[in-house]
Amino acid sequence: MSKFDRFTLTGIVMLVLLIIAPFVVAQTGWHGGLPLLTRIVIYALAVVSLDLIIGYGALVSFGHAMFFSVGGYVVAVLAYHTNMGDTIFGWEGTNSALVLWPLALLACALLGLVIGYLALKTRGVQFIMITLAFAQMVYFILVSLQFYGGDDGLMMDMRNTMPGIDLDDPFAFYYLALGLLVLWVLFCRFIVNSRFGMVFQGLRQSERRAVNLGVNPLPFRLAAFVISAVGTGLAGVLWANYAEFVTPDMATWAKSGEFMAIVTLGGLGTLLGPIAGAAAFIGLEQILTIWTEHWMIVMGPILVLIALFGQQGMLGRFLKGGRHD
Amino acid sequence: MTDGAAIKTGEAVLALDHLHKAFGALKVTDDVTLDVRSGEIHALIGPNGAGKSTLIAQICGELRSDSGRVHFKGRDLTDLSAFKRARLGLGRSFQTTQLCLEFSVLEHVILSLDCMEGGSFNLFANPRNDAALREEAVHWIGKAGLAGRENRQVANLAHGERRQLELAVALARKPHVLVLDEPMAGMGAEESARMVDLLQELKGEYPMLLVEHDMDAVFTLADRVSVLVYGRIIFTGTVDEVRQDAEVRSAYLGDETC
Repeated sequence: MSKFDRFTLTGIVMLVLLIIAPFVVAQTGWHGGLPLLTRIVIYALAVVSLDLIIGYGALVSFGHAMFFSVGGYVVAVLAYHTNMGDTIFGWEGTNSALVLWPLALLACALLGLVIGYLALKTRGVQFIMITLAFAQMVYFILVSLQFYGGDDGLMMDMRNTMPGIDLDDPFAFYYLALGLLVLWVLFCRFIVNSRFGMVFQGLRQSERRAVNLGVNPLPFRLAAFVISAVGTGLAGVLWANYAEFVTPDMATWAKSGEFMAIVTLGGLGTLLGPIAGAAAFIGLEQILTIWTEHWMIVMGPILVLIALFGQQGMLGRFLKGGRHD
Repeated sequence: MTDGAAIKTGEAVLALDHLHKAFGALKVTDDVTLDVRSGEIHALIGPNGAGKSTLIAQICGELRSDSGRVHFKGRDLTDLSAFKRARLGLGRSFQTTQLCLEFSVLEHVILSLDCMEGGSFNLFANPRNDAALREEAVHWIGKAGLAGRENRQVANLAHGERRQLELAVALARKPHVLVLDEPMAGMGAEESARMVDLLQELKGEYPMLLVEHDMDAVFTLADRVSVLVYGRIIFTGTVDEVRQDAEVRSAYLGDETC
């Protein structure tokens, strides 16, 4: 079976499972089921984006939670002012997702552009540390925003509005998030296989070779970093709407670490693996927190075992296999 | 320095003009002036630690020279970064192969072709599906003697085949000069002979600066030879002149009698 077939097959199986899951959960009468699925899909969007740069570019960003938080905060803050009847720089505001969401993504893109430009001057461990440092800056800025709740975060009075889709309907919201995830995975898949993606992956495999083929590394890495930031920001936007609540916790290094753990858990450089990773991680978290609040005591060893013996995560070996010549 | 009558006297394609490089007190490149002319293979020999790899790094733009200029096709490259020099047609191979191990041979050459202008930001077109690119890549793979290996993953190639792929990757870009850093290093006798044949075929088409330890290969291939010792060029001349020169023998060719 070729690599392409395995990707398509896995993708279709996952999609079918995610489409029917809400009906299955509804049958059981468990009210926590649909919110759990929604969280999985939102996290999946973030970790697929992170996998794009870690798995394909070896750009280990330890600060991606900052984009998650900025996406959420832009939406929540603008909605807050709109609902207070304020004007924002003379603009009366709106609650429309079609305006607010692109604005939030634009903010993430700009933040990604600036931070990526600075961070990509470094490599390896320095890159990890500098992205972490920037994320901590974002975190402390959010904490210091007393007007927007500081430490306590900011409530949203209601979800954004979208023509034709009632975001307050949990089913509709879930399927919207799922639809966006599908589009994003397809987009990332195109990128990976594109002319751009070939250069980007070449840079990871041998930077010296790529440079001596005429490639200037920075613009390629920066473009991928910004795309990844936007995807993670979109997850943040959805999270703000899902929880109707944003807090600085969205930007903590622990959140960034969670994203990285999920990517590794699912399988680096596979795009689909991290989705399975998100389902496993958040599913386990849900189950284990029912059992004990110290759920990390159990989750930690599971992650260690998968890192030691899985080597390529849950789906890495399967998705990357099938190419022996 | 002498230029023998046997040399095809083309014009200089690559010219190094009084290059210097020092790491602290250590002079690694000490006033190096040499040129590579169209149609010729100019071999650069010298003992380990003579500064050959440093000199190549200076030529290709990976290391900044302390002083001196690098001219390429009449253009001053000295202040250009490595990727800009590559785009101008400076092709190279590395002492230890530098290849993208996860790509197939075909993909790697396609990448090379697609980066002629520095690479594309097209996020949707898959270069693997471009018939013209594939066809051209297959041509260069064949030229480097790797026909039939197109779909093999680079990581699964034998050492000698990787060397050939380095050559294919460089040739695909239609370079105006080839800088080859020990293309025979680590090869068995058979692989080595195949590489010599290959370079012999390419001779005349591409001017080459050939750094090599294998003296048989140097004497077979080269038109001119320069000898680098402690960062200085102590001799430049034809193959015959090098053979006869006493200083070269004592410095490099292992003549223990003096």
